[in-house]
Amino acid sequence: MSRLSLLLGLATAGLFVASLLTGPADIGIRESLSALFVGPADPLALVMREIRLPRALLALIIGASLGLAGAAMQGYLRNPLAEPGLVGVSGTAALGAVLAIHTGLSATFALGLPVAALIGALLGVLLVMALAGPRGTSLTLILAGIAVSALAAALMSLVLNLSPNPFAANEIVFWMMGSLADRSMLHVWLALPFTVVGWFLLGTLGRGLDALTLGEDAARAMGIRLSRLRLQLVVGTACVIGAGTAVAGAIGFVGLVVPHILRPLVGAHPSRLLWASALGGAIMLLTADIAVRIILPARDLKLGVLTALVGAPLFLHLILKLRKERI
Amino acid sequence: MRLLSIDRLSVSLRGRDVFRDISFSIGAGELVGLIGPNGSGKTTLMRAALGLIPFDGHSSLAALPENARARHAAWMPQAREIAWPVTVESVVRLGRLPHLTAMQSLGRQDHDRVDDALAQMKLTGMRHRAATRLSGGEQARVLIARALVQDTPLLLADEPVAGLDPAHQIATMDIFAEQAAAGKSLLVSLHDLGLAARHCTRLILLGEGRLVADGPPRDVLTPQRLAQIFGISAWYQQTEQGPVYQPLEVIR
Amino acid sequence: MRAGFLALGALIGWAEIAMAQPARVVSMNLCTDQLAMLLAAPDQLYSVSYLARDPRASAMTQEAERYVVNHGLAEEIYLMQPDLVIAGAYSTRATVDMLRRLGVPVAVFDPSNSLSDVTARITQMGQVLQRQEAAARMVADFDAGLAALATNIDRAPRAVLYYANGYTSGDNTLAGQILLAAGFANAASEMGYMAGQKLPLEVLALSDPEIVISARPYPGASRSEGILDHPVVQALRADLAGATMTDHDWVCGTPYVLRAIQGLATARKALTGTEQ
Repeated sequence: MSRLSLLLGLATAGLFVASLLTGPADIGIRESLSALFVGPADPLALVMREIRLPRALLALIIGASLGLAGAAMQGYLRNPLAEPGLVGVSGTAALGAVLAIHTGLSATFALGLPVAALIGALLGVLLVMALAGPRGTSLTLILAGIAVSALAAALMSLVLNLSPNPFAANEIVFWMMGSLADRSMLHVWLALPFTVVGWFLLGTLGRGLDALTLGEDAARAMGIRLSRLRLQLVVGTACVIGAGTAVAGAIGFVGLVVPHILRPLVGAHPSRLLWASALGGAIMLLTADIAVRIILPARDLKLGVLTALVGAPLFLHLILKLRKERI
Repeated sequence: MRLLSIDRLSVSLRGRDVFRDISFSIGAGELVGLIGPNGSGKTTLMRAALGLIPFDGHSSLAALPENARARHAAWMPQAREIAWPVTVESVVRLGRLPHLTAMQSLGRQDHDRVDDALAQMKLTGMRHRAATRLSGGEQARVLIARALVQDTPLLLADEPVAGLDPAHQIATMDIFAEQAAAGKSLLVSLHDLGLAARHCTRLILLGEGRLVADGPPRDVLTPQRLAQIFGISAWYQQTEQGPVYQPLEVIR
Repeated sequence: MRAGFLALGALIGWAEIAMAQPARVVSMNLCTDQLAMLLAAPDQLYSVSYLARDPRASAMTQEAERYVVNHGLAEEIYLMQPDLVIAGAYSTRATVDMLRRLGVPVAVFDPSNSLSDVTARITQMGQVLQRQEAAARMVADFDAGLAALATNIDRAPRAVLYYANGYTSGDNTLAGQILLAAGFANAASEMGYMAGQKLPLEVLALSDPEIVISARPYPGASRSEGILDHPVVQALRADLAGATMTDHDWVCGTPYVLRAIQGLATARKALTGTEQ
């Protein structure tokens, strides 16, 4: 376990540095890294401090959030198909963010953007939990996710199409696929406070999630307060997904792929999976964000495209596997 | 010393009474078999006693705060749910959760308890196997071991021996009896009246929405009650090898 | 089917009229709208696109009030019974094809990517409207105006045109040519960005221009325009925030381009502090 954490930690650190060194501007390794910390506010420092650093930080933060939220949600619902993007929570968070931007809320009150996305995510989690419930089958969970996602996407489309701004209508792609292009430290500061609160709420769920392995009755009889656990999960998920989606759009499948890969490596313990998935999520998103810059440097390829290319086949595989097991 | 006292406990689900006004108490060193036909409310009674579902009346267990309750009574539900492919040992270890604070990990003493329970349930050889890949009966033994490890004065188990082979059924009942002999108490719901008659120190018979009888097996399992509540006839004899009970035929 | 429609068109006589001076012209592209309004004989032009009335895009909103407005839909344009339709190269392909199938003559104009394209389009418009003389006069005026604006420049400040979604206009675009004509050097083109294309934010930062020229933001918020609020862009614009914006004079290859060059040249003089 400690070897795994070390490995994941090293990979995260390495990819973080790699992300700092990736970009259309051709800058040497030494000079770019030194421009990050010292030197005058010249163009090079501007690139490193205001463009690449926030981008790498956001990939790290949001990736960790997605991995953690996926692992927590799967642990609570005891279903490996649960993932904030697939169950529509990212979609409702994006809807909240879109509403904040197009009602002018985010312009008058900077924190309005993450707060609105957080409220959107909160409604999404509550809706999905009410529809699918902890005892719900995979089928009800997926159906609930489809319904919530479709509704969120439709409302988002409506808001964007009603906007007087001609650019707004095309932005649905960003909100549904996510991107970290051209973010600034401003966005890091917008997302970070809520994210840290969410990490704390989700990261301390381990004990309860472990107990839930044996079902709700057994967990309650082991002294786990389920109502508190549920509240912690809902608020924590809303915090991390809301804050992340507000600045980077909805990025799917990270919370599905990462726990699935890491589960065997942590002995399937929901508690150990939480922090491992946080690191794994950071690794996956940093990798994806480096890849979009290398594959199509000039086109702002959306992150969700890459994560879906990896995640969707796995999702199909999981459905098939679950179907075989439950017959 | 009373480990559990239930006073005029009533539960209704969806507006229908499951049972009304059930009262009994369990002292130390008892192996109490909870028997009754399907739908008589055995599971409901135990879940209400634990405070897992709403009820009217009083249960000393439900009145305890969560943590204290988890250190006073262990509960093995009927549904053998193991959601993730964790090892047998990991499942059993979960039983130590109530004894640890949030950030504390298992100590020497906890590990010893886990080893004991694994040995008791003859699981030592499969401790590193994924619990989800075991047979139903093996999983039941893992979950019994998990409940034993919780190391509580009282253990409630819902159909713990259902699905076990005869050898493991008898072995499990023997372990329960050992626990009772050591001063702990168990409330165990059973469908096998033969096992109940042979191993339990006391039986509680539920039926017709009430507590029908409560006492030593030979007093509870009278032909009239069997006919009235279960609708069967049976052969019941005190033999040299202990009490033997054999259901014979359906009466109605 | 197609032959039938063509025969119908020929019967009504539209096909022949196209050879003579067209009498009922419909323009469905913002840029051809303006050229047509400038060159058409009285009552020759019947309809212009709705964009011609949009003050953000069109330099001739008042003139456009005099014409019926169309939205580039084949159905509405066909019902206007034009004897000539003028479309842009980027007009909806399906609409143009449909109109041609219905027997309506359609003249397609390429967009202007340079100042010489402007005079070429004016001349082309003169031909399709059979107003060659007016077009020749306009070309002469345009060339004279351009010559008058060409002045000796001590130093060409380095500028970048930067729009929503991080797009820039390099030297091979009309906006890029306006920039050059006004006496600026295009810092994006120095970095190899010659066309209308995406300019990565970090390339913008490294090109370190003296001035960043953007479009005036549209009403309502959008993420696409949000990039102009990025700290990097803000840092580059710090000295001249809002001083220079592209507007409707920049959009199309019309004589109004001269006005754009003049406005920008004034901004350059303010920047370099030299009066010529």
